[in-house]
Amino acid sequence: MYSEKVMDHFQHPRNVGEIENASGVGTVGNAKCGDIMRIYFDIDDNQVIRDVKFKTFGCGAAVATSSMATELVKGKTIYEALEVTNKAVMEALDGLPPVKVHCSLLAEEAIHAALWDYAEKNGIKIEGLQKPKNDISEGEEEEDY
Amino acid sequence: MDHLVYLDHAATTAARPEVVEAMLPYFTEKYGNPSSIYSLGSETKAAITHAREVMAKSIGTTSENIYFTAGGSESDNWALVATAEAYASKGKHIITSKIEHHAILHTCEYLASRGYEITYIDVDENGVIKLDQLKAAIRPDTILISVMFANNEIGTIQPIEEIGAIAKEHGILFHTDAVQAYCQVPIDVDQMHIDMLSVSGHKINGPKGIGFLYIRKGVKIRSFIHGGAQERKRRAGTENVPGIVGLGKAVEMAVADMAERTAKEIELRDRMIDAIYKRIPYARLNGDRTRRLPNNVNFSFQFVEGESMLIMLDMAHICASSGSACTSGSLDPSHVLLAIGLPHEIAHGSLRLTLGYDNTQEEIDGVVDEIEKIVARLRSMSPLYEDFIKKTGGNK
Repeated sequence: MYSEKVMDHFQHPRNVGEIENASGVGTVGNAKCGDIMRIYFDIDDNQVIRDVKFKTFGCGAAVATSSMATELVKGKTIYEALEVTNKAVMEALDGLPPVKVHCSLLAEEAIHAALWDYAEKNGIKIEGLQKPKNDISEGEEEEDY
Repeated sequence: MDHLVYLDHAATTAARPEVVEAMLPYFTEKYGNPSSIYSLGSETKAAITHAREVMAKSIGTTSENIYFTAGGSESDNWALVATAEAYASKGKHIITSKIEHHAILHTCEYLASRGYEITYIDVDENGVIKLDQLKAAIRPDTILISVMFANNEIGTIQPIEEIGAIAKEHGILFHTDAVQAYCQVPIDVDQMHIDMLSVSGHKINGPKGIGFLYIRKGVKIRSFIHGGAQERKRRAGTENVPGIVGLGKAVEMAVADMAERTAKEIELRDRMIDAIYKRIPYARLNGDRTRRLPNNVNFSFQFVEGESMLIMLDMAHICASSGSACTSGSLDPSHVLLAIGLPHEIAHGSLRLTLGYDNTQEEIDGVVDEIEKIVARLRSMSPLYEDFIKKTGGNK
């Protein structure tokens, strides 16, 4: 069902953990749907993401997309991080099963939420960043099956 | 684990070697059509007659009430649709429970779209059907009650005899999906007032693609497949002779060793439940502690998600299943776990382990070790666990 890369990132997730006094923290998802992602950023004065950690409650794809998303933004500027889309995360993982695409959207949202938190804490505006939904229970659209 | 440990016997089982051996001649040298007049045919006819007798005896009935089908889902579909049609002039109301298998629930949805009215009875927190609600739901136009004998996910055994008595008292037909209970608990269709009962072969170490529907004599039921005279003209088509012979052998063996086998399963089941409770905090047993199938263990582990557990168990060569959304192909977790009142996030963290006759104590102990490690690892990555620990300091 999953690609080798997804399995690798699930078995050996990169950047799991927390960052004390993080520059920005974003939590997205919804326990009701079975996925919650939290991303921590440590951002330096040059707006470069020095370190990133994540914690995820969810399926194999949710863990793998979190792990890959953190890899893709690590060492990047906040504007480069903003460009990391769910598509980029999926491509980097050699694809996801259709039913798991929402996991990659969650990863993109988690990055945005952490950036928003950083911007708020520092009283700055990040061009192009939309305010993430702060109620995580509204974080995901119900799909019809 | 150093070898594959299979703990998903509620999903399917391996056919016993004796079952396969019994089946093999019926693919090759004993290939005659049971309806043929020559001896090559009468030989296979005798074989299926014998198998039918074995199945009939296993539920306390006689051969003419046993109808071979392709398995549990077909038996459920047939029982519901054909009864609904045959009794439509009496009424169009059917009562079932909220925790039925989809073979029942989706057939009920189909019937609802055809003008039937379905009442879904609630279950309590252990998954036992609410009998008061069931009684209150009965109307003059109620034609059928269908309640599963035991639940496939949480293993809760229903008060079948009481339901049968209620149905009989009101002159309503009673069907039970016994796919999980058959050969796990003794069944007597007369004593329990069961009018129809569904069975599947591959859950009892028989072959896949074969099962039967018991239909009490006198129950009007429409033919399911039209054509030849097989199955008293109710399900036409040349019989699946190897399958029937294999199922017959599986039933014979499962009935013969039921007491011994289920006693061993209960011992292993309880050993596993006790060990999990003792060693893993924030775990909840789903289903009734005692009114429970001998082979069923179902736990919810708070703060972790089921599919992740299954993948990690698979990496440790352990087969199990979960009621999480990710394993159901939808965003909602199992309807059974929601019906017993679990919040979504707890339902997502469920793990079902179902035993078979050849599981050992060493396997069970090894699996509990793995589960303990996996739950701890996933919790260390879980934002829900992080929040919980920060809030409570980790105290229960």
